[in-house]
Amino acid sequence: MNQTSVNRALTAELSAKAGASPQEIAWGLSRSRREFLRGAAGVVLGSTLMGGSPLLRGETVRKKRKVIVVTFGGGARDQETFAPEGQENIPHMLQELAPQSSFFTHVTNRGILGHYVATASLATGVYETLNNFSAVPPQHPTVFEYFRKDLKRPISDAWVVAPSNGFNRIGESDSRQFGPGMGAQVILPKHLLSAARSGATADFDHLLRDNYETPYYTPQLGGGEFELRQLEQILKLSVNDFMAHARAVSSPDELSIYIVKRLMKQEAPSLLWLTMHDIDIAHSGAYSLYIEAIQRTDRLCAELWQAAQSEPEYAGNTTLFVLPDFGRDADYDSGGNGFQHHRTGDAASRTTWMMALGAGVRQGVVYDEPMQSIDLVPSLGALMGFSPSLSQGTPIRGLF
Amino acid sequence: MQPRNLQPEQFAGYPPDARKLITAHLEAVRELANLSSLSKAQIKEWFEGFAQISLPAAFDKLDWINQPAGFIEQESAYLWTTHQQDAFRKAATEYGVRLRAAAPPDAVPVRRLGIAIIGQGVASYDAPLFRNLRAHGTYFDRINPEDGLEQLLAAAAERAKAHPVPYGHWYVEGGQPVEHSPLLTCVSYKALEPVRAELLKKIQAEIKRPGMGPEELRTDLAKLTPADLGMDHSGDAVLDTFQVRLFTEGSGTQIFSTTFALWTAREALRRAQALTLLVRFAPRQRQRPMNELLSNSHPNPELDPLSSLVDADMGASYHWINQQRLPGSEQSAFLVWFEGHSQALVIAPYFAAGKQSSASVGLGDLLSYVAG
Repeated sequence: MNQTSVNRALTAELSAKAGASPQEIAWGLSRSRREFLRGAAGVVLGSTLMGGSPLLRGETVRKKRKVIVVTFGGGARDQETFAPEGQENIPHMLQELAPQSSFFTHVTNRGILGHYVATASLATGVYETLNNFSAVPPQHPTVFEYFRKDLKRPISDAWVVAPSNGFNRIGESDSRQFGPGMGAQVILPKHLLSAARSGATADFDHLLRDNYETPYYTPQLGGGEFELRQLEQILKLSVNDFMAHARAVSSPDELSIYIVKRLMKQEAPSLLWLTMHDIDIAHSGAYSLYIEAIQRTDRLCAELWQAAQSEPEYAGNTTLFVLPDFGRDADYDSGGNGFQHHRTGDAASRTTWMMALGAGVRQGVVYDEPMQSIDLVPSLGALMGFSPSLSQGTPIRGLF
Repeated sequence: MQPRNLQPEQFAGYPPDARKLITAHLEAVRELANLSSLSKAQIKEWFEGFAQISLPAAFDKLDWINQPAGFIEQESAYLWTTHQQDAFRKAATEYGVRLRAAAPPDAVPVRRLGIAIIGQGVASYDAPLFRNLRAHGTYFDRINPEDGLEQLLAAAAERAKAHPVPYGHWYVEGGQPVEHSPLLTCVSYKALEPVRAELLKKIQAEIKRPGMGPEELRTDLAKLTPADLGMDHSGDAVLDTFQVRLFTEGSGTQIFSTTFALWTAREALRRAQALTLLVRFAPRQRQRPMNELLSNSHPNPELDPLSSLVDADMGASYHWINQQRLPGSEQSAFLVWFEGHSQALVIAPYFAAGKQSSASVGLGDLLSYVAG
């Protein structure tokens, strides 16, 4: 056998990564995503483009504009997604969505890396510090409140579809500036299903999985969650039809997509927020389940975009944002256990990406200027014409 | 309680062996706490990062001696909430680097050896295996698998005999353990079935209590002792405590045998710095609703060998990564084998990285090259 320095190489790799600053690692991740996308999806570097934003800002356009935000509660790492070894898991995002997108390779979340609190931060534009495992409202005004108040939109124009019971308060803050009833309506498909089945059958247990970080715990529900009677009034679905469909889907996120499509058809909200959660099965430590969830999420994102193209209210005037709430721990960080958790706060767990596509967005462009996850809300404000005055982020360069 | 004021009687609540250890080395603990050997300037330099962290005065009153897990939980939550987690992490990492430089670890008595056996129960698998590891080692595609398990266990036992070190040589079994040398420290998912069942019963009871939340549950789990989970007192107290921690601190170890094997390997390396660690993954139960998995209501659940192979393949990567964090990594060796099949991969000195070999060789012979 030939003498080799394999272990020396790994030791050097581990040491180099351990010795690099979080900023250097984050930049490295960002550059890798960029280079991979340029090769695999044929996108070009954003900084090479000249000229003003293609986003249309006229009042008429704004009134018709629809925005859909999709977050992954349970981030996926590059090596399982936007890296050469991960591309087999995301054929739809890579081949169908990325070429149509402005892709931001360097999104940092500097807040608490728990799914509810991180999603709340995404929705408020402020790093929230609420208890991740409590059913409490965000401390700062949400994007839904800014949108509805500033643009005088009715309650039917902003909706959230969220995966876990703990998210039932995400639609509206307890900020005094806005007051009750100014937020978004929240649908928790699991809660809906649970109510619809009335405990009669166990056929749907696989769709009622909740918080994978603490699988034994479900917060008590309270606040303005979607009532069963609204199933028929809003979604125009009978309990039987809903149950029949639920029987045919295989995961909570598939059920969420079904609800989103019904909402698009029946209510056509201008601001629609979907949080998916299947990927967070990674907390169980079973790598195969984590990979399966990534593949499913990839498929569902494409399915949602196709649905937007086929709905008359959405076709041609919809902008879709897709982003994980944060990443997951790196393999080489001794404080974590790789893909399983997001507890270290290392660069891999804090750094992720965002994809924007559709109306007014440049296609096939990749940007690696750093942005923060709290920049989403002010960007939505600039796009839709409302003013998120308490948000601490800034509008994303490249979009504007 | 400040570290400089520690007294032996404060550790009365510790398990006997832990109490013996801490009281025997209390002076060293105090010395470490006071860092008397460092100059003032050095102390300032070493601890500047920690000094920047602010904690509320109420934390001084917490009983971190008897409830260390609870203390860490609260401190961690506070650091995250006040956005000090990254600063703490940086300070801790820098401190670790300094400490290792100031007191380098002792040389290991024998080349460290990791063995991962994956794919039990899988008749055929077409997708490439060991993908994360191939760049670091030599891939063999014509291994003679006959008596492979026995040969690997025999080699582990031989090392245990030649280099007797307490908790130095391990056999981690994701299913039912096969015959093995008593010189190996054995941890088995199947053998711990009663402990696991008792734990899941306790979890079910706890979550039904009013006011119970995830953090409270975790705190309660951290307090569980071997006796609480029905382990008798005739066993190895240290090993029993280790095994209880696998279930109370691990995530997913309670429901998936592959996660159990992965986590046990990590902990055996981290806590015991195993010199020999043979991990055999077994098929885990098929995924079902989480509540159903936690209720442990199926005595003979359906198994999922193919998905378990994917889990184990990744688990083998983590086994090697964790091994490489330990002293002597330059010389350490690792072998992963697709059980019952002719595919294996070796990472060791004298084995080329990123290469493939079609040499027809038995696992015992291969291991004799690997282990050195």
